[in-house]
Amino acid sequence: MEFSINHPLLYVLAGAIILIVLAQSIFFLILAWRRGVKMGMEKKKLRRIATSAAVFTIAPAIAIIISVATLAKDLGIPLPWLRLSVVGSQSYETIAAQNTLSAMGMQLGGRGNVMTASAYVTIALVMTISIMVGIWLVPVVAKKMQKGMINMEKRDKKWADIFNASMFIGMIAAFLGFVFCDFGSIFKGETYGLTPVLVMLVSALTMALAGLLVKLTKWRWITDYALPVSLVVGMAAAIPITRWLGSPAEAAEAASEAASLLTHVLC
Amino acid sequence: MDENKTVETTVAADSHTTEGGAAYMNSIHKWGRIWNFSMVAVLFSFPIIVAIVFGAMPDWKGLGMGLLATAPMYWAVGVVETFTYIPMLGAGGSYLSFVTGNISNLKLPCALGALDQAGVKGSSEEGEVISTIAIAVSSIVTTVIIILGVILLVPLTPLLENPVLDPAFEQILPALFGGLGVVFVSRNWKIAIAPIVLMLVLFIAIPALNAGTVGIMVPVSVIFTMVVSRVMYKKGLL
Repeated sequence: MEFSINHPLLYVLAGAIILIVLAQSIFFLILAWRRGVKMGMEKKKLRRIATSAAVFTIAPAIAIIISVATLAKDLGIPLPWLRLSVVGSQSYETIAAQNTLSAMGMQLGGRGNVMTASAYVTIALVMTISIMVGIWLVPVVAKKMQKGMINMEKRDKKWADIFNASMFIGMIAAFLGFVFCDFGSIFKGETYGLTPVLVMLVSALTMALAGLLVKLTKWRWITDYALPVSLVVGMAAAIPITRWLGSPAEAAEAASEAASLLTHVLC
Repeated sequence: MDENKTVETTVAADSHTTEGGAAYMNSIHKWGRIWNFSMVAVLFSFPIIVAIVFGAMPDWKGLGMGLLATAPMYWAVGVVETFTYIPMLGAGGSYLSFVTGNISNLKLPCALGALDQAGVKGSSEEGEVISTIAIAVSSIVTTVIIILGVILLVPLTPLLENPVLDPAFEQILPALFGGLGVVFVSRNWKIAIAPIVLMLVLFIAIPALNAGTVGIMVPVSVIFTMVVSRVMYKKGLL
């Protein structure tokens, strides 16, 4: 059989595996839903939670499709579709593909690449072996870790609450730091580093306004959509903000133009 | 949001040890093990079946070199992520999230939003149920949207690659953590000051810290926050 990166068989294989992943999600959803109902949680409340989660997921999921489209140029559609529907992410898969291709004398985005079945299998194996730890490690350690958390809460409930909050805050703090990673550009006279900061502020402000509105009006349904709305408002604000403050690509282009102008003048 | 505080339903940790709660948790762990270990085999089946059907052996040198360059870092990150995220995602959420991926940029924020919306704590049994439902729904929606995206990839490509929309998708993380940050930081501002200051200084001062390395900084920040919180707690500041 002649190999191609978009061979119908690859679609069938990837599709079948993705259906199994989908089945696992549905299985756990049913398990948790039944337990929730048994515990006396209102079905209406559970439906609200599910709807908000679904709405919240739409924008990030579209971003994943863009990653599939980006990787599809080199790897075809089925492999990125599979990898990004399971454990992978664009950066992980790109690095794994790039490392493997360069070991075989090719490079991602290279025009002369001839993707043989052998090269394809090699890339898929590197991706699978490298990005798999969590899948098997969670079943090994999850029960013990949860037991430890419960014991801690039994010993000192207040500290257990603080411990929980600390984990969430620690994670959020890392991402808030990331928002400022290009902030140093302003010391070089560039403004693009402010873009993520302003986007974050717009999103935070939207969330705060939603909270205020809930307090004033007592319309609790606003809470259900506050997070997805703040996400979309922040993303939408990024378009005019980027146009206003510029992007790293534009700054690099301007620097390159200035350098070539300087070279031209000096020569 | 503050409104939720008034309706917060705190389920004691020992609810996990009530008869129904313990049985539920045992079934989550039992099925989680079955599903996740099976998924390891299922994921390996893709390259193996492709190799058999197309009669192609892997390029052994490329495989060895590719693994050497990729695997050690990802394995280390994978181990650290597992221990960092399990307490936040809960058991059911962890089994699912580590199969479906996109944890820090989708599943965890989704679970956090759901816990906040329900006004419950992640460590309670109710929180475990809510977190699992939110992550399961998010996984299902993501999978379905990607399936639709793949089917419609050709007609959608001009829209997805439209340069006007580029900035919106480039700034998805700041937009996500702006909304989440305001909720969680305002509630725990005493805990939040030290890690936020540290992360700001590190990310501004070290150019190597960027989108590609933020995942590595999450456990660093989590451990730092726990240590600072413990000191503050012992000194009676929390």
